[in-house]
Amino acid sequence: MTAEPSASGAGAPLLTVSDLRSYLATGQGVVRAVDGVSLAVHEAEILGIVGESGCGKTVTCRTIMGLMPAGILHTSGEVIYHPRGGQNLLDASPAQWEALRGAHLAMIFQDPMTALNPVRTIGDQLLEAVNAHAKLSRAEAQARAIGLLQRVGIPAPARRMKDYPFQFSGGMLQRALIAIALASSPRLLLADEPTTSLDVIIQDQILSLLLELQQDTGMSMILVSHDLAVITEVCDRVIVMYAGQVVEEGETADIITEPKHPYTQALLDALPQEGQRGELRSIAGSPPSLIDVPDGCRFAPRCRYVTDECRSWDTELLYTGEREHTARCWRHDAIGRSEAWLQGSDSA
Amino acid sequence: MTTAWAASPSDLLMRAANKAAGRRRSVTRRRLTLIVGLVMLGIGILAVLLAPVLVSQSPITIDPLHPLAPPLTPDHLLGTDQYGRDILTRILYGGRIDLAIAFGATAVTLVFGTLYGLISGYLGGRADGVLMRVVDVVFAFPFLVLIIAIVAMLGPSIFNMFIAIWLTSWVAYARIMRAQTVVAKKQQYVLAARALGYSRLRVMFRHILPNTASAVIIFSMVDAVGNIILAASLGFLGLGAQPPSPEWGTMISDGQNYILTSWWLVAMPGLAVVYIGISFALIGDGLADLLRAGEQ
Repeated sequence: MTAEPSASGAGAPLLTVSDLRSYLATGQGVVRAVDGVSLAVHEAEILGIVGESGCGKTVTCRTIMGLMPAGILHTSGEVIYHPRGGQNLLDASPAQWEALRGAHLAMIFQDPMTALNPVRTIGDQLLEAVNAHAKLSRAEAQARAIGLLQRVGIPAPARRMKDYPFQFSGGMLQRALIAIALASSPRLLLADEPTTSLDVIIQDQILSLLLELQQDTGMSMILVSHDLAVITEVCDRVIVMYAGQVVEEGETADIITEPKHPYTQALLDALPQEGQRGELRSIAGSPPSLIDVPDGCRFAPRCRYVTDECRSWDTELLYTGEREHTARCWRHDAIGRSEAWLQGSDSA
Repeated sequence: MTTAWAASPSDLLMRAANKAAGRRRSVTRRRLTLIVGLVMLGIGILAVLLAPVLVSQSPITIDPLHPLAPPLTPDHLLGTDQYGRDILTRILYGGRIDLAIAFGATAVTLVFGTLYGLISGYLGGRADGVLMRVVDVVFAFPFLVLIIAIVAMLGPSIFNMFIAIWLTSWVAYARIMRAQTVVAKKQQYVLAARALGYSRLRVMFRHILPNTASAVIIFSMVDAVGNIILAASLGFLGLGAQPPSPEWGTMISDGQNYILTSWWLVAMPGLAVVYIGISFALIGDGLADLLRAGEQ
């Protein structure tokens, strides 16, 4: 179910993030969780963000949604939601945020078990979301809520409205959360690892559901995952993040067939191959601390293409010669197809 | 080949059924505490409200012919005091004052303290700092001394006693609620609610409050007992209800000179305090168990 590479460049941009930095003041020092991230989501596009745990994916999403705790966060850069003109969302007032969240930008979270209020029924919370940004009569709201539950594939929705979250399974909860997020028909849905805590079969169902809903409604979506397999299944375009920076960006097909950054290549190599037994490959070492960021390329200590220049000089995202495909690596020319891909195509 | 510990499906079913029955029993037992407490308090409230029907005497009319009659004297079930007033009558009428304090004083402090803590905890940062320092200042004074000071300043009366309790005992609720709120606001469902564009008030009252209210509600039951004892203490010190008003603490205070010769003057109102205290304590325990069971 590989997504067709859509004409991502053709759609008008919906959300543009330029040079976003989110630094968190903690007891140990300043954590540079997001360090100069730029990205754009176009109309009706699914953008994937992939990377290891702790590389800034979640902080990026929460900064875009304005959900980071204000006391410890310091941001710079620009987040522009185009239907609302040129205003930088980082400067939005609480009232502006309330109008924007839910109705324009919505988010679903990693762990569906904790994302619903445990002491209120599913129906109560869904009705609250339905009524939050629209004036509906009681009966209309009820009908819309039941329709939403039906749409996300919850059987006997009218009866399940009266259930409490603990009476739902993980997959059902994630479906209910998707229904709540879509209650006010947002233009952009941020899905922060929506399938991570679910088992593989449910994972697949939820992804198909998200894809289906995206195609029905024409909304845009940012799908965050540490699982490259999930991303390649669903996304039109992919951003690879490492240590708070974007290291590679391009169309999904280009990225998985011809990665131009050693980190992306290593991620692809780490995917278990079908019909191939043996040791699982992993990437040696761990991501650098985001408090004391090393000079030079942040991936250099773990990179097998590393040179002396890499250790002392960092680079910007460089065009790799292909359309819309950029990588933050001096040596992007030296990086071939991933071994896994080569082996896969050899045997085919 | 089966080993000793491996159970057949029917065994498993039976064990599960036994466990389920045990659980049902323990739920009933938990409810029992609450029910007994509610029944005791209900009887107390009814008796106090129906005082004119239950007893025919007046709580303040003195009868010089029958002072210090012991309990079980005809017409005086619990005896009379030094002025010949019927003690049962006085306890029933006095209960109106004490129960009014238990409910009135506690309800106001519960609501105010809860809102204060909720807002402080949710806002966080500098606002939280300022709001909580106010709480610290009130906490810094010894509780009883502060109340005595306020009552002494305003003049001893039941209404002033209410004011003194309102001014001082909300701080405990604020502290508890603030701590609960700080924990709850980091929960993902609060983040999710904010991500849906709900207003601050909605997030506070519809998402955080229902998850945090149990602690303050349970505490309020303990506090209600505390307030009755406080009212009795202030009455005893002459700062609460004024004679001849039949407040329990005042009755105990009045009777202290006779404690060695006519024990019932002190013991009977004392038992009334104990009775109401136990009923509130049982309700508090029962509620705590019930709410905790609901969380599991």
